[in-house]
Amino acid sequence: MSDHILKAYDDDLSALRNMLSEMGGMAEVQLNRSAEALMRRDGKLADEVIADDEKIDAMEIAVEEKAILTIAKRQPLGRDLRNIMVALRIASDLERIGDLAKNVAKRTHAIGDAIPRRLAGGLDRMAQLSQMQLKLVLDALALNDSDKAMDVWRHDEDIDALYNSIFRELLTYMMEDPRMIGACTHLLFAAKNLERIGDHSTNIAENIYYLVHGKALREERPKKDKTSTTPFTPIGKEAE
Amino acid sequence: MNDMPYKTVLTPEPPKIVALNPTKIVAQDVNVFYGEKHAIKHLSITIPDKAVSAFIGPSGCGKSTFLRSINRMNDTIAGCRVTGKITVDGEDIYDKSLDVVDLRARIGMVFQKPNPFPKSIFENVAYGPRIHGLAKDKTDLERIVTESLQRASLWDEVKDRLHAPGTGLSGGQQQRLCIARAISVNPEVVLMDEPCSALDPIATARIEELIIELKEKFCIVIVTHSMQQAARVSDLTAFFHLGILVEVGDTDEIFTVPQDKRTHDYITGRFG
Repeated sequence: MSDHILKAYDDDLSALRNMLSEMGGMAEVQLNRSAEALMRRDGKLADEVIADDEKIDAMEIAVEEKAILTIAKRQPLGRDLRNIMVALRIASDLERIGDLAKNVAKRTHAIGDAIPRRLAGGLDRMAQLSQMQLKLVLDALALNDSDKAMDVWRHDEDIDALYNSIFRELLTYMMEDPRMIGACTHLLFAAKNLERIGDHSTNIAENIYYLVHGKALREERPKKDKTSTTPFTPIGKEAE
Repeated sequence: MNDMPYKTVLTPEPPKIVALNPTKIVAQDVNVFYGEKHAIKHLSITIPDKAVSAFIGPSGCGKSTFLRSINRMNDTIAGCRVTGKITVDGEDIYDKSLDVVDLRARIGMVFQKPNPFPKSIFENVAYGPRIHGLAKDKTDLERIVTESLQRASLWDEVKDRLHAPGTGLSGGQQQRLCIARAISVNPEVVLMDEPCSALDPIATARIEELIIELKEKFCIVIVTHSMQQAARVSDLTAFFHLGILVEVGDTDEIFTVPQDKRTHDYITGRFG
């Protein structure tokens, strides 16, 4: 796509692209490290993640400024225009992913060694899935590959399903031993954050689809997160 | 592309504005030759009434040539030949029995450079209605001139000096005077050939505002080199390249999701 008569226009667009891919890399690292910090209860690593979030925030502002300047200077049309709009939206998704990763890291401190590590097994799997989704969608972005993006979009339900089962599992632990409620709630929030990160990856996938095809994806995404509609069953009543 | 080199892409098919508004001009398989040169190749298009249609494309692509064949201005060029059919309200404008002078009263034209007659502002506008016998008497003629200047958004600026020479106005005012002159004979279609290319941005904005107002009453066709202008004022956009009408569609679509690669390359500034 780099063949404008005006070379400086190409430079603007590729600069924006490079910033976005750098930002994607930063979000990926933050997510990986926050999951690792949580799994290993590594407070030092968690602090690093929390401190580094502002770098992603700064990058989002830089992307925004570049995008606005390019619109003002070049009056982009067609795919160039979509490229810029999509860069803005993806930057905002990546910034949110950074925030959520930071929040996961924060909970490392709150959980401490309060609960056996085996509880975190499902969470570990969830972290892997959300890392994989983010990686794949960033690859699709680098290649402008709408088919790859759609693969990511369809697989979000795997994360949803896992979140669903972690939700039930944690609920069970809490009902068995009320002393676990505090730690389990933090794990539940961490799981929810990972699930939200998956949603942002699908947002990015939808934007890649729009970039390539010029129209918004209209289909309803398959969803398996049913936790918000799962009725709460008080202890002692499960048998009924 | 090779099996149907002259096929025009419709974005969408048919464009929404064409489906929505009554049809004004229909061209079917139109070819224009300047001697040996094949300037327009197998062009077919439907132009809606009460809307602005913009022709865009690089220099020499045939957009002005086609515009001029809509009111038979090409007749005066030696060696120019037009084949195919162009109808306005279903009537063939190349029919032998048609009076070209009448046709040009129905289809007005505004040119790139403002070209007022070397007469007063009043006379510039009164000339057309007078020779076409549209005014009953002097009062009626004054009414037509006033209304035309008002519709061209020029009245307030010239009402106190109607008998001053038209050539004494600024470029933007002269162009609005030419538009007043074109609409004074109550045409159905107004053709504009790069009407703003000699004007500054403020005068351009005034003309664009005027074009949007005028589409309530007229079918407007504008040739422009400014993509932004086409995007701002038109409902339908037609992209010409090397004498071929490449793509026609709703302006909103053409400037965001053009279908043909040539259209995309042109509007995004990639044409080498």
